[in-house]
Amino acid sequence: METLLLSMRLALCVSAILLAIGMPIAYWLAYSRWRGKFLLEAVVALPLVLPPTVLGFYALVAMGPYGPLGKIWQALFGHGLAFTFGGLVIASVLYSFPFTVQPLVASFESVDQKLLDASAVLGASRTRTFRCVILPLSLPGVLTAVVLSFAHTLGEFGVVLMVGGNLAGVTRTVSIDIYDHVQSLEYAEANRTALVLLLISFAVLTVVYGCNRRVGRRVWMTWTGR
Amino acid sequence: MKLQSNHLLRVFGICVLAFGQVQPARGQQKEVRVAAAADLKFAMGEVAAEFKKATGTEVSATFGSSGNFFSQLQNGAPFDVFFSADIDYPRKLESAGRTEPGTLYLYAVGRIVIWMPPDSQIDLQNLGWKALQDSSVQKIAIANPEHAPYGKAAVAALSKAGLYEEVKPKLVLGENISQAAQFVQSGNAQAGIVALSLAISPAMKAGKSWEIPADMHPPIEQAAIVMKDAKNKDQAKAFVEFIKSEPARKILQKYGFTVPAA
Repeated sequence: METLLLSMRLALCVSAILLAIGMPIAYWLAYSRWRGKFLLEAVVALPLVLPPTVLGFYALVAMGPYGPLGKIWQALFGHGLAFTFGGLVIASVLYSFPFTVQPLVASFESVDQKLLDASAVLGASRTRTFRCVILPLSLPGVLTAVVLSFAHTLGEFGVVLMVGGNLAGVTRTVSIDIYDHVQSLEYAEANRTALVLLLISFAVLTVVYGCNRRVGRRVWMTWTGR
Repeated sequence: MKLQSNHLLRVFGICVLAFGQVQPARGQQKEVRVAAAADLKFAMGEVAAEFKKATGTEVSATFGSSGNFFSQLQNGAPFDVFFSADIDYPRKLESAGRTEPGTLYLYAVGRIVIWMPPDSQIDLQNLGWKALQDSSVQKIAIANPEHAPYGKAAVAALSKAGLYEEVKPKLVLGENISQAAQFVQSGNAQAGIVALSLAISPAMKAGKSWEIPADMHPPIEQAAIVMKDAKNKDQAKAFVEFIKSEPARKILQKYGFTVPAA
């Protein structure tokens, strides 16, 4: 139970932070016309292809007592960053980054340019256009981004294993707990925990995709008048 | 027009506010955080329970391979006590100045066995080493010799028996001795070289085991040490002292460990 709450807390923190920092980045990626944009797109997509062990390894070194992040944290808070919940949050934010940014970019890009032009012609500032035109039309994408990063963080294993230290109540997430149970030959517990995680993930995803379906159709109908 | 996504996002926001403190409120209780070698999985549980009965202090153990813990501890992992399966690691930490002076304690000497699942057709008791050469043994599980002391011992013993080159292609490496045991206990490997403490545990004692003579590998000297950055140093030291006491020694002996003379 404790591990499940910890995983949920981690997933919520990470998806909230990712939404906050992902939106401006996604906005830039969707509407910028800089020729070097493809480089940033590649950087954003890196965690998709890198094995979690690579990310975990670099995160561990950066957060350790000799790494840049670790030193700053130590100076600010008087203790290390690795093997703490905060360290997990930072590593998970990196790991789930593309799962937030990419759906947002796709959503923003799918907003009809004519609407944006109309908004500009009518005198709306860029922020107002974002708030009143782009965002409402991109809500399904925002929801997808939040859910994907939530679900992805919930299921994270490799990075947590490298950077977490498996401390009960602090960094022992559900995925690590299941791994522990299997190693200790406690198959019944492993089964129970795995099943709970499976059901929760499935429930979250079905709710979201179910609602997204209705929303998608309604947006299309209002927008095209059909 | 009420968009459903809107509702869900609001729910999400509320959840974040409700759950989203960055630091979970734990770690303020008095407890000893132990990094324990995987072969202590069952023994440590009993010792911790006895310690709790005697002192009321909770022991929170994380199990893994000693080599991994060594790296983590060098990088500041917040454990109070390190129960290593190889005395070398605590000694290195001591020379690096990361431990409490005078707390190094050799708490046990471990043993390895060849273990096979109960339904194996091989007569392990009589064949001993030769059992590994049987054609039905396609995979042999050992702990990773790079960072697990029991894996190192397994490789040393296999080399001494003159079998290492022959069985090398059949070896599968567990990340620690527990995982190696799990590989063979689940039947995915037909044989394994595991810690005696795991082989005689309730989960595995139904299987067949053959004790590898202790002179076939360097002794598995297991030692504990208290870390300098331990949060609860007094309790940590008390726990190491408790390991030297009769009840704890009895438990270790029950799990096949040889304990030093009192």
